[in-house]
Amino acid sequence: MASITPWGKRIVPVLKRDSVRRAVQSGIRTTGRGLLEYREIRSEVGVIETADGSAVVRLGNTQVIAGVKAGLGRPFPDAPNEGVLIVNAEILPHASPYSEIGPPDEFAIELARVVDRGIRHSGYIDMQRLAVDPGSSAYVLWVDIYVVNDDGNLIDAANMASVLALAHTSLPGIRRKETGEPSLDRDNRAVLPTTDRVPIAISIGKIGDKLLVDPDFDEEYSLDGRVSITVANNHVVSAQKTLGYFTQREVERAIDIALDMAPQVLARLRHGSP
Amino acid sequence: MTKAPPVPLLLGGKRSDGRRPDEVRPLEMEIGVITNADGSAVVSYGRTRVVAAVYGPKEAHPRHLALPDKAIMRVRYHMAPFSTKDERKNPAPSRREIEISRVLREALEPSVFLEHFPRSLIDVFLEVVQADGSTRAASLTAASLALADAGIPMRDLVIGVSVGLINGTIAVDLNSLEDQYGEGDLPIGIMPNLGHITLFQLDGSWTRDKLVEAVRMAYRAVGEIYGAAREALKKRYFEAVQEVT
Repeated sequence: MASITPWGKRIVPVLKRDSVRRAVQSGIRTTGRGLLEYREIRSEVGVIETADGSAVVRLGNTQVIAGVKAGLGRPFPDAPNEGVLIVNAEILPHASPYSEIGPPDEFAIELARVVDRGIRHSGYIDMQRLAVDPGSSAYVLWVDIYVVNDDGNLIDAANMASVLALAHTSLPGIRRKETGEPSLDRDNRAVLPTTDRVPIAISIGKIGDKLLVDPDFDEEYSLDGRVSITVANNHVVSAQKTLGYFTQREVERAIDIALDMAPQVLARLRHGSP
Repeated sequence: MTKAPPVPLLLGGKRSDGRRPDEVRPLEMEIGVITNADGSAVVSYGRTRVVAAVYGPKEAHPRHLALPDKAIMRVRYHMAPFSTKDERKNPAPSRREIEISRVLREALEPSVFLEHFPRSLIDVFLEVVQADGSTRAASLTAASLALADAGIPMRDLVIGVSVGLINGTIAVDLNSLEDQYGEGDLPIGIMPNLGHITLFQLDGSWTRDKLVEAVRMAYRAVGEIYGAAREALKKRYFEAVQEVT
Protein backbone atom coordinates (compact mmCIF):
# COMPACT_ATOMS: atom_id res chain seq x y z
CA MET A 1 0.00 0.00 0.00
CA ALA A 2 1.32 3.35 -0.98
CA SER A 3 -0.08 6.82 -0.54
CA ILE A 4 -1.17 8.52 -3.79
CA THR A 5 -2.03 12.20 -4.36
CA PRO A 6 -5.82 12.20 -4.13
CA TRP A 7 -8.00 13.23 -7.06
CA GLY A 8 -11.72 13.84 -7.56
CA LYS A 9 -12.85 15.46 -4.37
CA ARG A 10 -9.75 17.63 -4.17
CA ILE A 11 -10.74 19.43 -7.36
CA VAL A 12 -12.87 22.27 -6.06
CA PRO A 13 -14.16 24.60 -8.76
CA VAL A 14 -11.73 27.47 -9.15
CA LEU A 15 -14.43 30.11 -8.59
CA LYS A 16 -15.58 28.51 -5.35
CA ARG A 17 -12.00 28.20 -4.15
CA ASP A 18 -11.33 31.85 -4.96
CA SER A 19 -14.42 33.03 -3.11
CA VAL A 20 -13.60 30.91 -0.05
CA ARG A 21 -10.04 32.28 -0.01
CA ARG A 22 -11.08 35.89 -0.55
CA ALA A 23 -13.63 35.66 2.23
CA VAL A 24 -11.03 34.32 4.66
CA GLN A 25 -8.65 37.15 3.79
CA SER A 26 -11.41 39.62 4.69
CA GLY A 27 -11.87 37.92 8.09
CA ILE A 28 -15.44 36.67 7.54
CA ARG A 29 -15.93 33.28 5.95
CA THR A 30 -18.42 32.51 3.16
CA THR A 31 -20.69 30.94 5.78
CA GLY A 32 -20.57 34.10 7.91
CA ARG A 33 -18.37 32.57 10.60
CA GLY A 34 -15.40 34.37 12.12
CA LEU A 35 -11.95 32.83 11.68
CA LEU A 36 -11.80 31.50 15.26
CA GLU A 37 -15.43 30.40 15.47
CA TYR A 38 -16.58 26.78 15.53
CA ARG A 39 -19.77 25.62 13.89
CA GLU A 40 -22.69 24.64 16.09
CA ILE A 41 -21.88 21.49 18.14
CA ARG A 42 -24.81 19.20 18.91
CA SER A 43 -24.34 15.90 20.66
CA GLU A 44 -26.30 13.04 22.11
CA VAL A 45 -25.05 10.07 24.14
CA GLY A 46 -26.33 6.52 24.49
CA VAL A 47 -27.78 6.54 20.99
CA ILE A 48 -26.89 2.88 20.32
CA GLU A 49 -28.39 0.54 22.88
CA THR A 50 -26.32 -2.46 21.77
CA ALA A 51 -23.02 -0.66 22.42
CA ASP A 52 -21.39 -0.35 25.86
CA GLY A 53 -20.99 3.36 25.15
CA SER A 54 -22.01 5.55 22.24
CA ALA A 55 -22.42 9.13 21.09
CA VAL A 56 -23.33 11.06 18.00
CA VAL A 57 -21.80 14.46 17.36
CA ARG A 58 -22.95 16.94 14.76
CA LEU A 59 -20.42 19.63 14.01
CA GLY A 60 -22.40 21.81 11.63
CA ASN A 61 -23.43 19.28 8.98
CA THR A 62 -20.60 16.86 9.75
CA GLN A 63 -22.02 13.88 11.57
CA VAL A 64 -20.01 11.22 13.38
CA ILE A 65 -21.14 8.29 15.54
CA ALA A 66 -18.75 6.62 17.95
CA GLY A 67 -19.50 3.24 19.50
CA VAL A 68 -17.54 1.61 22.31
CA LYS A 69 -17.48 -2.12 22.84
CA ALA A 70 -15.57 -3.76 25.67
CA GLY A 71 -13.94 -7.14 25.27
CA LEU A 72 -11.38 -9.29 27.02
CA GLY A 73 -7.94 -9.97 25.61
CA ARG A 74 -4.26 -10.22 26.38
CA PRO A 75 -2.50 -7.05 27.50
CA PHE A 76 0.53 -5.86 25.54
CA PRO A 77 3.76 -7.47 26.82
CA ASP A 78 5.28 -4.04 27.60
CA ALA A 79 2.16 -3.01 29.58
CA PRO A 80 1.03 -6.16 31.42
CA ASN A 81 -0.93 -4.17 34.02
CA GLU A 82 -2.97 -2.07 31.62
CA GLY A 83 -6.02 -2.42 29.44
CA VAL A 84 -5.90 -2.13 25.67
CA LEU A 85 -7.37 0.66 23.53
CA ILE A 86 -8.11 0.11 19.84
CA VAL A 87 -9.53 2.90 17.70
CA ASN A 88 -10.88 2.24 14.23
CA ALA A 89 -12.59 4.58 11.78
CA GLU A 90 -14.88 4.02 8.83
CA ILE A 91 -15.86 6.78 6.44
CA LEU A 92 -19.18 5.36 5.27
CA PRO A 93 -20.11 5.44 1.58
CA HIS A 94 -23.06 7.53 2.82
CA ALA A 95 -20.70 10.30 3.92
CA SER A 96 -20.05 12.11 0.63
CA PRO A 97 -20.20 11.50 -3.12
CA TYR A 98 -16.45 10.91 -2.99
CA SER A 99 -16.10 8.19 -0.37
CA GLU A 100 -15.65 4.69 -1.72
CA ILE A 101 -16.79 1.29 -0.52
CA GLY A 102 -13.95 -0.82 0.84
CA PRO A 103 -11.55 -1.25 3.72
CA PRO A 104 -10.43 1.97 5.48
CA ASP A 105 -8.24 4.06 3.17
CA GLU A 106 -5.33 6.27 4.26
CA PHE A 107 -7.68 9.08 5.35
CA ALA A 108 -9.72 6.77 7.59
CA ILE A 109 -6.55 5.20 9.01
CA GLU A 110 -5.07 8.63 9.73
CA LEU A 111 -8.34 9.75 11.35
CA ALA A 112 -8.39 6.71 13.64
CA ARG A 113 -4.73 7.00 14.58
CA VAL A 114 -4.89 10.73 15.33
CA VAL A 115 -7.91 10.22 17.61
CA ASP A 116 -6.18 7.20 19.19
CA ARG A 117 -3.03 9.19 20.02
CA GLY A 118 -5.08 12.02 21.54
CA ILE A 119 -6.93 9.65 23.87
CA ARG A 120 -3.83 7.58 24.66
CA HIS A 121 -1.38 10.39 25.40
CA SER A 122 -3.86 12.53 27.33
CA GLY A 123 -4.25 9.73 29.89
CA TYR A 124 -8.02 10.25 29.73
CA ILE A 125 -8.74 6.58 30.36
CA ASP A 126 -7.28 5.11 33.53
CA MET A 127 -5.76 2.11 31.73
CA GLN A 128 -4.24 0.64 34.91
CA ARG A 129 -7.72 0.00 36.26
CA LEU A 130 -8.54 -2.02 33.14
CA ALA A 131 -6.18 -4.90 33.94
CA VAL A 132 -8.03 -8.09 34.88
CA ASP A 133 -5.27 -10.67 35.50
CA PRO A 134 -1.89 -8.93 35.09
CA GLY A 135 0.01 -10.27 32.09
CA SER A 136 -2.72 -12.59 30.90
CA SER A 137 -6.06 -10.81 30.76
CA ALA A 138 -7.23 -7.22 30.37
CA TYR A 139 -10.18 -5.23 29.11
CA VAL A 140 -9.93 -4.31 25.43
CA LEU A 141 -11.77 -1.09 24.59
CA TRP A 142 -12.81 -0.95 20.96
CA VAL A 143 -13.74 2.54 19.81
CA ASP A 144 -15.35 2.48 16.37
CA ILE A 145 -15.78 5.82 14.65
CA TYR A 146 -18.45 6.02 11.96
CA VAL A 147 -18.46 9.07 9.71
CA VAL A 148 -22.04 9.37 8.50
CA ASN A 149 -21.81 12.77 6.77
CA ASP A 150 -18.59 14.53 5.82
CA ASP A 151 -18.85 18.31 5.78
CA GLY A 152 -15.23 18.74 6.81
CA ASN A 153 -13.14 18.61 9.99
CA LEU A 154 -13.65 14.93 10.66
CA ILE A 155 -10.80 14.80 13.18
CA ASP A 156 -12.39 17.23 15.66
CA ALA A 157 -15.85 15.69 15.29
CA ALA A 158 -14.55 12.11 15.60
CA ASN A 159 -12.52 13.06 18.67
CA MET A 160 -15.57 14.64 20.32
CA ALA A 161 -17.78 11.62 19.54
CA SER A 162 -15.14 9.18 20.86
CA VAL A 163 -14.59 11.12 24.09
CA LEU A 164 -18.33 11.45 24.72
CA ALA A 165 -18.91 7.75 24.02
CA LEU A 166 -16.11 6.80 26.43
CA ALA A 167 -17.38 9.22 29.07
CA HIS A 168 -20.72 7.43 29.01
CA THR A 169 -19.42 3.87 28.68
CA SER A 170 -20.61 1.37 31.24
CA LEU A 171 -18.00 -1.32 31.60
CA PRO A 172 -19.25 -4.93 31.83
CA GLY A 173 -18.19 -6.73 35.00
CA ILE A 174 -16.05 -9.87 35.29
CA ARG A 175 -17.46 -13.29 35.96
CA ARG A 176 -15.13 -16.23 36.76
CA LYS A 177 -15.49 -19.85 35.72
CA GLU A 178 -14.53 -22.61 38.18
CA THR A 179 -11.07 -22.67 36.59
CA GLY A 180 -10.76 -18.96 37.44
CA GLU A 181 -10.92 -17.97 33.78
CA PRO A 182 -12.55 -14.55 33.44
CA SER A 183 -15.39 -13.67 31.10
CA LEU A 184 -17.52 -10.56 30.67
CA ASP A 185 -20.71 -10.11 32.62
CA ARG A 186 -22.88 -7.62 30.72
CA ASP A 187 -25.58 -7.72 33.40
CA ASN A 188 -23.32 -6.15 36.02
CA ARG A 189 -21.73 -2.92 34.97
CA ALA A 190 -19.60 -0.11 36.35
CA VAL A 191 -18.59 3.31 35.07
CA LEU A 192 -15.49 3.30 32.85
CA PRO A 193 -12.62 4.81 34.90
CA THR A 194 -11.68 8.12 33.29
CA THR A 195 -9.68 11.14 34.44
CA ASP A 196 -10.13 14.91 34.10
CA ARG A 197 -7.58 15.05 31.26
CA VAL A 198 -10.13 15.21 28.46
CA PRO A 199 -8.50 15.33 25.01
CA ILE A 200 -9.92 17.98 22.68
CA ALA A 201 -8.73 18.14 19.07
CA ILE A 202 -8.56 21.57 17.45
CA SER A 203 -8.02 21.60 13.69
CA ILE A 204 -6.53 24.76 12.26
CA GLY A 205 -6.45 25.67 8.59
CA LYS A 206 -4.27 28.19 6.81
CA ILE A 207 -5.20 30.39 3.86
CA GLY A 208 -2.53 32.91 2.90
CA ASP A 209 -1.35 34.35 6.20
CA LYS A 210 -4.68 33.74 7.98
CA LEU A 211 -5.37 30.87 10.39
CA LEU A 212 -8.89 29.59 10.98
CA VAL A 213 -10.46 26.84 13.09
CA ASP A 214 -12.91 24.10 12.15
CA PRO A 215 -12.62 24.25 8.32
CA ASP A 216 -15.70 22.89 6.54
CA PHE A 217 -15.65 20.73 3.40
CA ASP A 218 -15.37 23.58 0.87
CA GLU A 219 -12.73 25.33 2.97
CA GLU A 220 -10.67 22.15 3.42
CA TYR A 221 -9.95 21.94 -0.27
CA SER A 222 -9.04 25.61 -0.50
CA LEU A 223 -6.43 25.47 2.26
CA ASP A 224 -2.67 26.02 2.05
CA GLY A 225 -2.17 23.99 5.21
CA ARG A 226 -3.98 22.19 8.00
CA VAL A 227 -2.79 20.98 11.40
CA SER A 228 -4.78 19.22 14.12
CA ILE A 229 -3.58 19.83 17.68
CA THR A 230 -5.03 17.86 20.59
CA VAL A 231 -5.00 19.51 24.01
CA ALA A 232 -5.72 18.01 27.43
CA ASN A 233 -5.45 19.99 30.68
CA ASN A 234 -3.49 22.81 29.04
CA HIS A 235 -0.90 20.40 27.60
CA VAL A 236 -0.45 19.52 23.94
CA VAL A 237 -0.76 15.73 23.78
CA SER A 238 -0.75 15.09 20.05
CA ALA A 239 -0.58 16.93 16.75
CA GLN A 240 -0.54 16.15 13.08
CA LYS A 241 -0.05 18.30 10.03
CA THR A 242 -2.42 16.80 7.51
CA LEU A 243 -2.05 19.23 4.58
CA GLY A 244 0.38 21.75 3.08
CA TYR A 245 2.99 23.65 5.06
CA PHE A 246 3.40 26.12 7.93
CA THR A 247 6.08 28.59 8.93
CA GLN A 248 7.59 28.46 12.41
CA ARG A 249 5.55 31.51 13.49
CA GLU A 250 2.36 29.99 12.12
CA VAL A 251 2.95 26.75 14.04
CA GLU A 252 3.49 28.75 17.25
CA ARG A 253 0.28 30.70 16.60
CA ALA A 254 -1.59 27.46 15.88
CA ILE A 255 -0.41 26.01 19.21
CA ASP A 256 -1.66 29.14 21.02
CA ILE A 257 -5.01 28.99 19.24
CA ALA A 258 -5.43 25.30 20.16
CA LEU A 259 -4.54 25.89 23.84
CA ASP A 260 -6.95 28.83 23.92
CA MET A 261 -9.88 27.16 22.11
CA ALA A 262 -9.78 23.69 23.72
CA PRO A 263 -11.40 24.69 27.05
CA GLN A 264 -14.16 26.54 25.17
CA VAL A 265 -14.90 23.56 22.93
CA LEU A 266 -14.85 21.23 25.95
CA ALA A 267 -17.35 23.46 27.77
CA ARG A 268 -19.67 23.44 24.76
CA LEU A 269 -19.35 19.67 24.43
CA ARG A 270 -20.20 19.18 28.12
CA HIS A 271 -23.39 21.17 27.68
CA GLY A 272 -24.29 19.14 24.61
CA SER A 273 -25.79 22.11 22.80
CA PRO A 274 -24.71 25.46 21.34
CA MET B 1 1.97 5.77 31.21
CA THR B 2 5.69 6.34 31.12
CA LYS B 3 7.54 3.16 31.99
CA ALA B 4 11.03 2.85 33.40
CA PRO B 5 13.73 2.41 30.72
CA PRO B 6 16.33 -0.40 31.06
CA VAL B 7 19.12 2.21 31.25
CA PRO B 8 18.87 5.90 32.30
CA LEU B 9 17.98 8.03 29.27
CA LEU B 10 19.89 11.01 30.63
CA LEU B 11 22.74 10.91 33.13
CA GLY B 12 25.02 13.85 33.94
CA GLY B 13 23.88 15.73 30.84
CA LYS B 14 24.68 12.79 28.53
CA ARG B 15 22.21 10.52 26.78
CA SER B 16 22.33 6.70 26.92
CA ASP B 17 24.48 6.60 23.77
CA GLY B 18 26.83 9.32 25.04
CA ARG B 19 25.34 12.21 23.04
CA ARG B 20 24.52 15.71 24.31
CA PRO B 21 20.77 16.54 24.14
CA ASP B 22 21.29 18.75 21.06
CA GLU B 23 23.58 16.30 19.27
CA VAL B 24 22.59 14.47 16.09
CA ARG B 25 23.90 10.92 15.55
CA PRO B 26 26.65 10.35 12.96
CA LEU B 27 25.18 10.98 9.50
CA GLU B 28 25.96 9.07 6.34
CA MET B 29 24.47 9.94 2.97
CA GLU B 30 25.19 8.55 -0.44
CA ILE B 31 23.44 9.40 -3.68
CA GLY B 32 22.92 7.30 -6.80
CA VAL B 33 23.06 3.91 -5.11
CA ILE B 34 20.45 2.21 -7.32
CA THR B 35 21.47 2.33 -10.99
CA ASN B 36 18.04 1.42 -12.35
CA ALA B 37 16.23 4.23 -10.52
CA ASP B 38 15.93 7.77 -11.90
CA GLY B 39 17.14 8.96 -8.50
CA SER B 40 18.24 7.21 -5.34
CA ALA B 41 19.91 7.74 -1.99
CA VAL B 42 20.79 5.91 1.18
CA VAL B 43 20.68 7.87 4.42
CA SER B 44 21.80 6.79 7.89
CA TYR B 45 21.05 8.60 11.13
CA GLY B 46 23.22 6.49 13.44
CA ARG B 47 21.98 2.92 13.09
CA THR B 48 18.74 3.94 11.33
CA ARG B 49 19.22 3.35 7.62
CA VAL B 50 16.77 4.12 4.79
CA VAL B 51 17.11 3.43 1.08
CA ALA B 52 15.12 5.74 -1.22
CA ALA B 53 14.40 5.27 -4.94
CA VAL B 54 12.55 7.67 -7.25
CA TYR B 55 11.02 6.72 -10.59
CA GLY B 56 9.52 9.43 -12.78
CA PRO B 57 8.06 11.75 -13.74
CA LYS B 58 6.38 9.19 -15.96
CA GLU B 59 2.95 8.58 -17.46
CA ALA B 60 0.37 8.16 -14.70
CA HIS B 61 -1.20 4.74 -14.44
CA PRO B 62 -4.02 3.98 -13.86
CA ARG B 63 -5.01 6.92 -16.07
CA HIS B 64 -8.04 7.98 -14.02
CA LEU B 65 -5.72 8.92 -11.14
CA ALA B 66 -3.89 11.51 -13.26
CA LEU B 67 -4.51 15.19 -12.53
CA PRO B 68 -4.90 17.65 -15.42
CA ASP B 69 -2.86 20.44 -13.81
CA LYS B 70 -0.03 18.70 -11.95
CA ALA B 71 1.84 15.50 -11.34
CA ILE B 72 0.59 13.08 -8.73
CA MET B 73 3.01 11.62 -6.25
CA ARG B 74 3.00 8.09 -4.90
CA VAL B 75 4.93 7.44 -1.71
CA ARG B 76 5.48 4.12 -0.04
CA TYR B 77 7.19 3.88 3.34
CA HIS B 78 7.94 0.33 4.32
CA MET B 79 10.00 -1.44 6.95
CA ALA B 80 11.97 -4.54 6.03
CA PRO B 81 11.01 -7.64 8.06
CA PHE B 82 14.57 -7.81 9.43
CA SER B 83 14.81 -4.09 10.28
CA THR B 84 13.47 -4.32 13.83
CA LYS B 85 15.37 -5.24 16.97
CA ASP B 86 13.16 -7.96 18.39
CA GLU B 87 10.53 -9.97 16.53
CA ARG B 88 10.46 -10.16 12.73
CA LYS B 89 8.21 -7.45 11.35
CA ASN B 90 5.35 -8.78 9.26
CA PRO B 91 6.04 -7.50 5.73
CA ALA B 92 2.34 -6.76 5.07
CA PRO B 93 1.76 -2.99 5.23
CA SER B 94 0.60 -2.02 8.73
CA ARG B 95 -1.75 0.83 9.58
CA ARG B 96 1.29 2.67 10.89
CA GLU B 97 3.11 2.33 7.56
CA ILE B 98 0.04 3.44 5.61
CA GLU B 99 -0.27 6.53 7.81
CA ILE B 100 3.45 7.34 7.54
CA SER B 101 3.32 6.93 3.74
CA ARG B 102 0.53 9.51 3.76
CA VAL B 103 2.28 12.06 6.02
CA LEU B 104 5.51 11.69 4.05
CA ARG B 105 3.68 12.35 0.79
CA GLU B 106 2.07 15.41 2.33
CA ALA B 107 5.54 16.48 3.53
CA LEU B 108 7.24 16.04 0.13
CA GLU B 109 4.56 17.49 -2.17
CA PRO B 110 5.10 21.14 -1.09
CA SER B 111 8.79 20.84 -2.07
CA VAL B 112 8.30 19.60 -5.65
CA PHE B 113 7.15 21.68 -8.64
CA LEU B 114 4.38 19.17 -9.39
CA GLU B 115 2.67 21.72 -11.68
CA HIS B 116 5.56 21.32 -14.16
CA PHE B 117 4.46 17.77 -14.95
CA PRO B 118 0.69 17.60 -15.54
CA ARG B 119 -0.86 14.14 -16.03
CA SER B 120 2.30 12.41 -14.81
CA LEU B 121 3.35 10.38 -11.79
CA ILE B 122 6.37 10.54 -9.53
CA ASP B 123 7.06 7.40 -7.49
CA VAL B 124 9.00 7.60 -4.23
CA PHE B 125 9.86 4.32 -2.52
CA LEU B 126 11.29 4.29 0.99
CA GLU B 127 12.60 1.13 2.57
CA VAL B 128 13.78 1.14 6.16
CA VAL B 129 16.43 -1.58 6.19
CA GLN B 130 17.57 -0.97 9.76
CA ALA B 131 15.46 0.83 12.39
CA ASP B 132 16.73 2.60 15.50
CA GLY B 133 14.26 5.47 15.88
CA SER B 134 13.56 8.52 13.68
CA THR B 135 12.84 6.31 10.64
CA ARG B 136 10.31 8.72 9.12
CA ALA B 137 12.70 11.65 9.59
CA ALA B 138 15.56 9.80 7.85
CA SER B 139 13.08 8.73 5.15
CA LEU B 140 12.24 12.35 4.38
CA THR B 141 15.88 13.33 3.93
CA ALA B 142 16.53 10.24 1.78
CA ALA B 143 13.45 10.95 -0.36
CA SER B 144 14.52 14.57 -0.95
CA LEU B 145 18.01 13.52 -2.01
CA ALA B 146 16.60 10.88 -4.36
CA LEU B 147 14.18 13.43 -5.88
CA ALA B 148 17.08 15.84 -6.39
CA ASP B 149 19.17 13.02 -7.87
CA ALA B 150 16.33 12.31 -10.32
CA GLY B 151 16.66 15.91 -11.54
CA ILE B 152 13.12 16.82 -10.50
CA PRO B 153 12.75 20.59 -9.94
CA MET B 154 12.32 21.35 -6.25
CA ARG B 155 11.76 24.45 -4.16
CA ASP B 156 14.04 23.13 -1.43
CA LEU B 157 15.09 19.87 0.18
CA VAL B 158 12.89 18.59 2.99
CA ILE B 159 15.07 17.58 5.92
CA GLY B 160 13.63 15.38 8.66
CA VAL B 161 14.55 15.23 12.33
CA SER B 162 12.81 14.09 15.47
CA VAL B 163 12.82 16.06 18.70
CA GLY B 164 11.72 14.56 21.96
CA LEU B 165 11.33 15.04 25.68
CA ILE B 166 13.51 12.81 27.83
CA ASN B 167 13.42 13.35 31.59
CA GLY B 168 12.04 16.83 30.91
CA THR B 169 14.98 17.73 28.64
CA ILE B 170 14.55 18.41 24.93
CA ALA B 171 16.72 16.14 22.78
CA VAL B 172 17.15 15.83 19.02
CA ASP B 173 17.34 12.79 16.74
CA LEU B 174 15.82 10.22 19.09
CA ASN B 175 16.93 6.60 18.97
CA SER B 176 14.41 3.82 19.50
CA LEU B 177 15.06 3.60 23.25
CA GLU B 178 14.35 7.31 23.67
CA ASP B 179 11.34 7.07 21.39
CA GLN B 180 9.92 4.20 23.44
CA TYR B 181 10.56 5.53 26.94
CA GLY B 182 10.65 9.32 26.47
CA GLU B 183 7.75 11.60 27.45
CA GLY B 184 7.19 13.02 24.00
CA ASP B 185 8.14 12.66 20.37
CA LEU B 186 7.97 15.32 17.65
CA PRO B 187 8.98 14.18 14.16
CA ILE B 188 9.34 17.26 12.00
CA GLY B 189 10.27 18.00 8.38
CA ILE B 190 11.58 21.41 7.38
CA MET B 191 12.58 23.08 4.12
CA PRO B 192 15.65 24.87 5.53
CA ASN B 193 16.00 27.67 2.98
CA LEU B 194 12.30 28.57 2.93
CA GLY B 195 11.81 27.89 6.64
CA HIS B 196 8.60 25.95 5.94
CA ILE B 197 7.47 23.03 8.09
CA THR B 198 6.00 20.26 5.93
CA LEU B 199 6.00 17.35 8.39
CA PHE B 200 4.66 17.97 11.88
CA GLN B 201 3.52 15.17 14.12
CA LEU B 202 3.65 14.95 17.87
CA ASP B 203 2.64 12.85 20.81
CA GLY B 204 3.34 12.83 24.52
CA SER B 205 2.62 15.65 26.93
CA TRP B 206 4.03 19.10 26.15
CA THR B 207 3.65 22.50 27.76
CA ARG B 208 3.48 25.42 25.35
CA ASP B 209 6.98 26.64 26.19
CA LYS B 210 8.66 23.23 25.83
CA LEU B 211 6.93 22.67 22.51
CA VAL B 212 7.92 26.05 21.08
CA GLU B 213 11.49 25.45 22.26
CA ALA B 214 11.49 21.98 20.67
CA VAL B 215 10.45 23.43 17.30
CA ARG B 216 13.29 25.96 17.54
CA MET B 217 15.73 23.19 18.34
CA ALA B 218 14.46 21.23 15.33
CA TYR B 219 15.38 24.15 13.05
CA ARG B 220 18.93 24.14 14.40
CA ALA B 221 19.35 20.36 13.97
CA VAL B 222 17.86 20.53 10.47
CA GLY B 223 20.52 23.11 9.55
CA GLU B 224 23.21 20.63 10.49
CA ILE B 225 21.63 17.70 8.62
CA TYR B 226 21.05 19.95 5.60
CA GLY B 227 24.80 20.66 5.53
CA ALA B 228 25.50 16.92 5.27
CA ALA B 229 22.84 16.55 2.55
CA ARG B 230 24.42 19.35 0.50
CA GLU B 231 27.83 17.75 0.85
CA ALA B 232 26.42 14.43 -0.40
CA LEU B 233 24.93 16.14 -3.47
CA LYS B 234 28.18 18.01 -4.12
CA LYS B 235 30.16 14.81 -3.82
CA ARG B 236 27.90 13.10 -6.34
CA TYR B 237 27.76 15.93 -8.88
CA PHE B 238 30.54 18.51 -8.55
CA GLU B 239 33.32 16.02 -7.94
CA ALA B 240 32.09 13.91 -10.86
CA VAL B 241 32.22 17.01 -13.07
CA GLN B 242 35.72 17.83 -11.85
CA GLU B 243 36.92 14.35 -12.71
CA VAL B 244 35.72 14.74 -16.29
CA THR B 245 37.11 18.24 -16.90
